[in-house]
Amino acid sequence: MNCNINPACDKSNKCFGCGKEFSKGLWGENPIFVQVLGMCPTLAVTTKAVFGLSMGMATTFVLFCSSLVISSMRKIIPPQVRIATFTVIIATFVTCADYILKANFYTISKALGPYVPLIVVNCIILGRQEAFSSKNSVLKSLADALGMGIGFSGVLILLGGIREFLGFGTIFQQEILGKWFEHWVIMALPAGAFITLGFLIGLFNLIRSRK
Amino acid sequence: MVNLVLIFLAASITHNIVLTYFLGVCPFIGVSKKIEQAVGMGLATTFVMTVAAIVTWLIYHFILIRFGLPFLQYVSFIIVIASLVQIVEMFIRKFSPPLYRALGIYLPLITTNCAILGLTLFMVLRDYDFFESVVFGLGSGAGFTLALIIMAGIREELECCDIPKPLEGAGITLIIAGILALTFMGFSGLISN
Repeated sequence: MNCNINPACDKSNKCFGCGKEFSKGLWGENPIFVQVLGMCPTLAVTTKAVFGLSMGMATTFVLFCSSLVISSMRKIIPPQVRIATFTVIIATFVTCADYILKANFYTISKALGPYVPLIVVNCIILGRQEAFSSKNSVLKSLADALGMGIGFSGVLILLGGIREFLGFGTIFQQEILGKWFEHWVIMALPAGAFITLGFLIGLFNLIRSRK
Repeated sequence: MVNLVLIFLAASITHNIVLTYFLGVCPFIGVSKKIEQAVGMGLATTFVMTVAAIVTWLIYHFILIRFGLPFLQYVSFIIVIASLVQIVEMFIRKFSPPLYRALGIYLPLITTNCAILGLTLFMVLRDYDFFESVVFGLGSGAGFTLALIIMAGIREELECCDIPKPLEGAGITLIIAGILALTFMGFSGLISN
């Protein structure tokens, strides 16, 4: 039984289409490059690759858990209050993620600052719940959530890596370029974030149009 | 008094909420194609921001802190913001249908505008008192509107220009935003703190 033909199919004990649901988030429907969502954390925290990785994992955690809860409850949530319900569920998991980060990874939590609670309004999460989790089975929603989350994290690590490499000469805190390299200070500043992401999106579109 | 003016100037110009703190970038890219749209969106957002700053400040200090519930901060703030946007939408639909039609889908999108939740979180983080919070809300709204209008003006001019195909849309807008951010950095000497 192929889930791709009938996306609203519920009887998915063995879902061959789950792979497709997972992989679309990595490239074809990449949340940042294609859907142009979730810009705020992408630009704000990617001064270093490790911050991009942490934010990506925190967002994937929230996305995964909310998809799990919302797709399990999709039959009993009244449509009129669904956005409000989704938001409260997402906000609860964000609170969990924030406190877990504060307790276990305090330096990273301090560096990410107020952008962790801002995962609540990350359009990617609400968008996936509205478009997918509220209408599909738990297994497929989880595959979708994981795909989107990993696609998102990938872009964050890429952007963070570029900005860290050019702005500090390091990648994941490892010194790559020596003392001879004049740091591109702009990469650590907001302007560098905007411009780099703009060119990355252009590059992505170029690759896609060539395929 | 001077403190309030400084907060307003900082929020709107030297530490512009979009160009320095990356809050509100999604509508910044999405709604900045025409100047009238930008003005409408900016004013609606400023209104929601100011009222949200007031209401969340009151809730935080008189309910959450008093009853020892600071962990409910994110949940309660987002509920307040969502309700406010709903009220603003009903208000605009009743009293100005043309504006309602012009803003279309963007009104409910103000809820997910990081800028509003972001400014309430900053307000708590920086421990502003009541009047500082109001001014901060107004200043952030003004800064957001300013950035939106400038971007809309630039994009309207770009309509007849030859942009490389891969960069059309989000790509060129982000690059312009970067140059704008660079320009606004020039204001940073205005305020010494």
